[in-house]
Amino acid sequence: MTAASAAAAPATPDLASLAVGDVVAERTVALSRDSLVRYAGASGDFNPIHYRDDVAASVGLPGVLAHGMLTMGIAVQPVVDWVGDPARVADYQVRFTRPVVVDPADGAELSIVAKVGRLDAEAGTARIDLTVSAAGATVLGKAQVQVRLA
Amino acid sequence: MPVNPELMGREFAPTEPYLVGREKVREFARAVFATSPIHFDPEAARAAGHADVVAPPTFPVVVQEHTLAQLLAEPDAGIDFSRVVHGDQRFSYSRAVVAGDELTATLAVTSVKTLGGNAMVTAESTMTDASGAHVVTAISTLVVRGDDA
Repeated sequence: MTAASAAAAPATPDLASLAVGDVVAERTVALSRDSLVRYAGASGDFNPIHYRDDVAASVGLPGVLAHGMLTMGIAVQPVVDWVGDPARVADYQVRFTRPVVVDPADGAELSIVAKVGRLDAEAGTARIDLTVSAAGATVLGKAQVQVRLA
Repeated sequence: MPVNPELMGREFAPTEPYLVGREKVREFARAVFATSPIHFDPEAARAAGHADVVAPPTFPVVVQEHTLAQLLAEPDAGIDFSRVVHGDQRFSYSRAVVAGDELTATLAVTSVKTLGGNAMVTAESTMTDASGAHVVTAISTLVVRGDDA
């Protein structure tokens, strides 16, 4: 977790001090079945493959899966905290390459590493590339966040 | 029934306006493990120049769902929901969504492709606020698995 818990937003990072390849944020998030139920309620996505083992098994899945949109939603949070304001996110895209299986007892762990992929001083933007993995495998492809830093 | 290639270019009727509530923003923010006070505390949001609490970047999916439901319900679409996998997702923002926004979403199918027995359907949901100004476009590619896949 970054130190973003004060009432005031942290300062916006200085574009000029960044270099391509810099790791700007890292986080590990523990997911449980409760997390999936909570996200189902918040998002309105009640597909039972996200909370019922029998349904997941009946469609040939290795287990109950986290919603792809939950993984996408969690993965951007370290970047939001780093830039200080969610409104600085100008564009965000991911490809869902591998499902995140959430064990009923042990849950799952999502690891997120956010690295500078590209800098555009003129536009005042940075492209942050996310590496998101669970159980040692990358679960999102081409996960990129464009942020406005100026 | 395979996915109907004539879906390409089809535009749907705008959805009923979705009123973004402050408690819904907080609920969604908790669900995606968001921690910024700008999602939860109206004072922190105002101090950062926003009218009210700011929704997390992926919140527009809640509104987008209504448009994708239109697509799946299209009688001639040929999309079997039980065979649909979310391929990729993108959000392009003109500004962030804040509590109090009334969002209207208009769906258009921008691409239908067949690849190795699967169909890939790309749909764009363009969201505007009550004044008609663009807020965010949500782009999804749905992969519809073929019989053998």
